[in-house]
Amino acid sequence: MTSEIEERIESLKELGARIEATLPTEVIRVEMALDELQVIAQRPSIAKVLTFLRDDSACQFKQLVDICGVDYPERGERFEVVYNLLSIYQNQRIRVKVSASEDTPVPSVTGLFNTANWFEREAWDMYGIFFSDHPDLRRILSDYGFEGHAQRKDFPLTGYKELRYDEELKRVVYEPVKLSQEFRSFDFPSPWEAMDQQIARVLPGDEKAEGNA
Amino acid sequence: MAQTEIKSYTMNFGPQHPAAHGVLRLVLELSGEVIERADPHIGLLHRGTEKLIEHKTYVQALPYFDRLDYACPMNQEHAYVLAVEKLLGIKVPPRGQYLRTLFNEITRLINHIMNTTSMALDVGAMTPLLYGFEEREHLLEFSERASGARMHAAWFRPGGVARDVPPDLLEDILKFCDSFPKYLDDVETLLDENRIFKQRTVDIGKVTVEQALDWGFTGPVLRGCGVPWDLRKSQPYDVYADMDFDIPTGSNGDCYDRYLVRMAEQRESLKIMRQCIEKMPDGPVKSEDHKVTPPSRKDMKHSMESLIHHFKLFTEGFKVPAGETYTAVEAATGEFGVYLVSDGSTRPYRCKIRSPGYAHLQGMDMLSRGHMLADITANIGSIDVVFGEIDR
Repeated sequence: MTSEIEERIESLKELGARIEATLPTEVIRVEMALDELQVIAQRPSIAKVLTFLRDDSACQFKQLVDICGVDYPERGERFEVVYNLLSIYQNQRIRVKVSASEDTPVPSVTGLFNTANWFEREAWDMYGIFFSDHPDLRRILSDYGFEGHAQRKDFPLTGYKELRYDEELKRVVYEPVKLSQEFRSFDFPSPWEAMDQQIARVLPGDEKAEGNA
Repeated sequence: MAQTEIKSYTMNFGPQHPAAHGVLRLVLELSGEVIERADPHIGLLHRGTEKLIEHKTYVQALPYFDRLDYACPMNQEHAYVLAVEKLLGIKVPPRGQYLRTLFNEITRLINHIMNTTSMALDVGAMTPLLYGFEEREHLLEFSERASGARMHAAWFRPGGVARDVPPDLLEDILKFCDSFPKYLDDVETLLDENRIFKQRTVDIGKVTVEQALDWGFTGPVLRGCGVPWDLRKSQPYDVYADMDFDIPTGSNGDCYDRYLVRMAEQRESLKIMRQCIEKMPDGPVKSEDHKVTPPSRKDMKHSMESLIHHFKLFTEGFKVPAGETYTAVEAATGEFGVYLVSDGSTRPYRCKIRSPGYAHLQGMDMLSRGHMLADITANIGSIDVVFGEIDR
């Protein structure tokens, strides 16, 4: 069992080296983390990288399992687009990543994998990542006429609009969200760990003692 | 010369339609009764699960997974806990692994019973559903006895399962394994050679292997075209590597083959359940690492350390080392994957849920083109979609 796992890791490493050697300009770096192979690619050449992975006889990643966006607002190019591929012939998985910002389009891969269509629509809907040459880049999960991109880190969990059925108008009406209580996120610093840093800052509640509250 | 303008007819299927298996709005372009284009509009059940998970601790996020595909809840919990365990790097004690495997298969039965019989209902056979739900209720009772809930169990936890099963439950499951094949035989007698059922399903919604791979189909839909691909065999997790079972495959890739694959899979699940119960070792059911799993109530009354662990776990949660993983399991409907990104805090930074139904439903247009309107229901039934997981 353990030798099997070691073998699998070894073959993934070989594959990583092969990818790096074949696509030196398209691939920024190849890394192994937690026994999973990850390729960071240049955004404009994503289609080329995926074509190689799909058609090369030693790779045969015929299945694009998933595409998703991840938001890192503190980065220069805030979004990451993550492609997860599966090769049922080699029994291997690989993850390809590119970075993007709000106004840099990512080339669509719908021409390579039909399944990319909805996954790209979802990334557009949730993060506002634009995919160029996508045949049908409509919103997919959110409401008709929804504004904003719900899964960005700066989009509030409660959203901006709520809807209800209005008995007088006999239809559904949209209104700004009214919270009867302020939204609470219980993400307090832990009083047990890193006590020194805490004392250096101010403990929650200290402002009350000083009469600032 | 006079020209006749041919206008295709557009029709709404759903959002509320008994054969839509949920809230699916399908915009169909028809030429007469032949489908020219099917455009599924999804998202009517969108609850922002992924966004909510980013605001919860790792354990608080777990119950959301029951509420995705509510027909096979524990499979999805399994994908999530495996992903968290991978990031944490913790081991699950053998009994915990066996219990999880056992209930995985129970869940698979729950799903397949519901799917095969309701698909039969959609194409006109009412009886199997009535028989099936009786059996399904027994399985849901097992789930209730183990976890306290029929469907939304939240029983799998990072590090094992929440609590051990009651003493006589395993025996009762064995008894069920003996009686269940009778039901399968009955349904097969009713459907397998049934003229109407075959007319409605054979050669409907055919997919080739290339198409299935291209459209991201997994699970019984992929196996229906003859690919013996099952993550339980090829990338085994928990104790599947020690189990002896076969992978049923079809040959034509049509609705009928998908139905046959699901029926055969139920018998394989029974085999796995039997083996699990026979080989089930004694011992703890969850990791002894109390930085991750809560201590027992008894320990809490005696040990200060346990009390602290309990308090910390249920207020702050546990920290997960920074990293990312894509972990997938063979859920009843196909490959259910969780792409989990941790930034080292107590909450997931990003949790993308890859649901098999999402890819399957996307293929509806390809499956239905050129078929008659009435075949839509057979197609929807055979790809096994549940909107909880598609809309998330």
